[in-house]
Amino acid sequence: MSTEPVPAGTVLAGGVPAGAGPAMLTLNNVEVIYDDVILVLRGLSLQVPEGKIVALLGSNGAGKSTTLKAVSGLLPSEHGEVTDGSITFAGQDITRMDAAERVKQGMSLCMEGRHVFEHLTIAENLVAGAYTQKAGASSAEVLDEVYTFFPKLADMRNRVAGYLSGGEQQMLAIGRALMARPKLLMLDEPSLGLAPLLVQEIFGYIQRLNAETGLTVLVIEQNARRALEVADHGYIMEQGRIVLEGPAAELRENPDVKEFYLGLGDEGSRKSYRDVKHYKRRKRWL
Amino acid sequence: MSTLVAVLAYGLADGAILALAALGFVLIYKATSVINFAQGEFLLVGAYMFYTAFVVMGLPLLAAVVVGVVVATIIGVLVERLILRPMIGESPISIIMVTIGLSSLLRAVVQMFYGTSPKSMPKILPTGSVNILGATVPLNRLLVILVAAVVLTAFTIFFRRSRHGIAMRAVADDQQAAMTMGISVRRIFAMAWALAGVSALIAGVLLADISAVDQNLAAFGLLVFPVVILGGLDSVPGTIVGGIIIGLLKQATASYWDPGLATVIPYVVLVLILLVKPYGLFGETRIERV
Repeated sequence: MSTEPVPAGTVLAGGVPAGAGPAMLTLNNVEVIYDDVILVLRGLSLQVPEGKIVALLGSNGAGKSTTLKAVSGLLPSEHGEVTDGSITFAGQDITRMDAAERVKQGMSLCMEGRHVFEHLTIAENLVAGAYTQKAGASSAEVLDEVYTFFPKLADMRNRVAGYLSGGEQQMLAIGRALMARPKLLMLDEPSLGLAPLLVQEIFGYIQRLNAETGLTVLVIEQNARRALEVADHGYIMEQGRIVLEGPAAELRENPDVKEFYLGLGDEGSRKSYRDVKHYKRRKRWL
Repeated sequence: MSTLVAVLAYGLADGAILALAALGFVLIYKATSVINFAQGEFLLVGAYMFYTAFVVMGLPLLAAVVVGVVVATIIGVLVERLILRPMIGESPISIIMVTIGLSSLLRAVVQMFYGTSPKSMPKILPTGSVNILGATVPLNRLLVILVAAVVLTAFTIFFRRSRHGIAMRAVADDQQAAMTMGISVRRIFAMAWALAGVSALIAGVLLADISAVDQNLAAFGLLVFPVVILGGLDSVPGTIVGGIIIGLLKQATASYWDPGLATVIPYVVLVLILLVKPYGLFGETRIERV
């Protein structure tokens, strides 16, 4: 782990978050290099406890998406590689596992920007999501569950996905990820490009999924305020490593987080964005 | 009137075979974005494989079909694995050069083993003829249309209904998203080439049955290009419509105008249609939300 001084209030990254169940996903000192030269993750460690919602926050280029790609095995298609450290999922080392095999083991990723199959209908998108499941009664059951959970999708099942609105596409992307019956659902910026009301709706779905089915969730967000509201635990990333972590409620109150990510001043007053930016440029954790 | 019926029968038969050949081309292009210039040679190889099983080895028809399908699948997968996979990420023009090279290679291999003279193969389809509205129409043309229609319908159902068919379309749409669903892109690529091999085999055998087993099969396969460009490079229904249009045009030109022009006219019409519809008749324009 890093030997650099860490600011007060920081729990050393990598430890089990207090009061949590067994870890569903553990990243231990993961290092990722793209194209053999670009170091993106520099010894990142985090844990996602079973049945919890964990938020991974950080500014653009901190390496959040790369973290999810490393977990779901998508790095090889982008000339990236985990060069050090290990990733453990449900007690199994998956650092070098094939992407398709990881999905079978029970993890689903909802990519940034939704990535629905634009020329396929909603129903076909969902069938594609269940690719790793053996066809039959059980996968029809999951389809029913998804339609019950997102009634809007059921009403439009024969519509071509490319013509749906952003919010509908995000629902479809989540529904499609659920078709693989994941134990761990990873969401990369589910609020991207959505109106505030829709963001609230999407996060409501995530919370309900977690509460009703006990699904473990790892979510990346730019919208730190919203994410820390629904999450149990939060990690904050900067330049490829975790710089701050803690229970979401604590992070919400942390003065640094307030200032950097929530745009609030000391006394809770809203700061001008220009000042925040200026301040950020002068002071970083690392 | 009788000429019209004959033109329809011959044209539709040609069109059906072209649609089958073009289907393989479109599958490969859709799933892997490779423009396969060796599609005509796939027909040639398919027909010779079937000839080997049926005539040289003397297998019964059904067994010969099975052997042909298996060998075509294997050839398709091998071509993908050994020749196209190392080319992933290379520029489209290099990949096109590779498939052109592959076409010469396949033709040369066939010539090496079988020579250049036409092979005689007993006709599979009945050779009689029927009288429709005063025109004598050979029975085998009608059966070619029927067989092709059945095969094309089967392929369409496969793409609309089956898990693997939908997965293939998903990969064509968005490879990375497909990977997050646990769909193995490599396996889908192999499947696309295998299916292309099989559809080319069927087209090649049907064509050989109404003409002969010789090197000209590959030349007929060249007509795949006007068909797919007309129908849209990435559209399965487009191959059927494109195939029928080109097939009918060829026959109509030959009987109403001049047989020599029959090979030129498809390309002339192709240019005219592209002037109006640059993506072809059914080519997928990209869906973009504003």
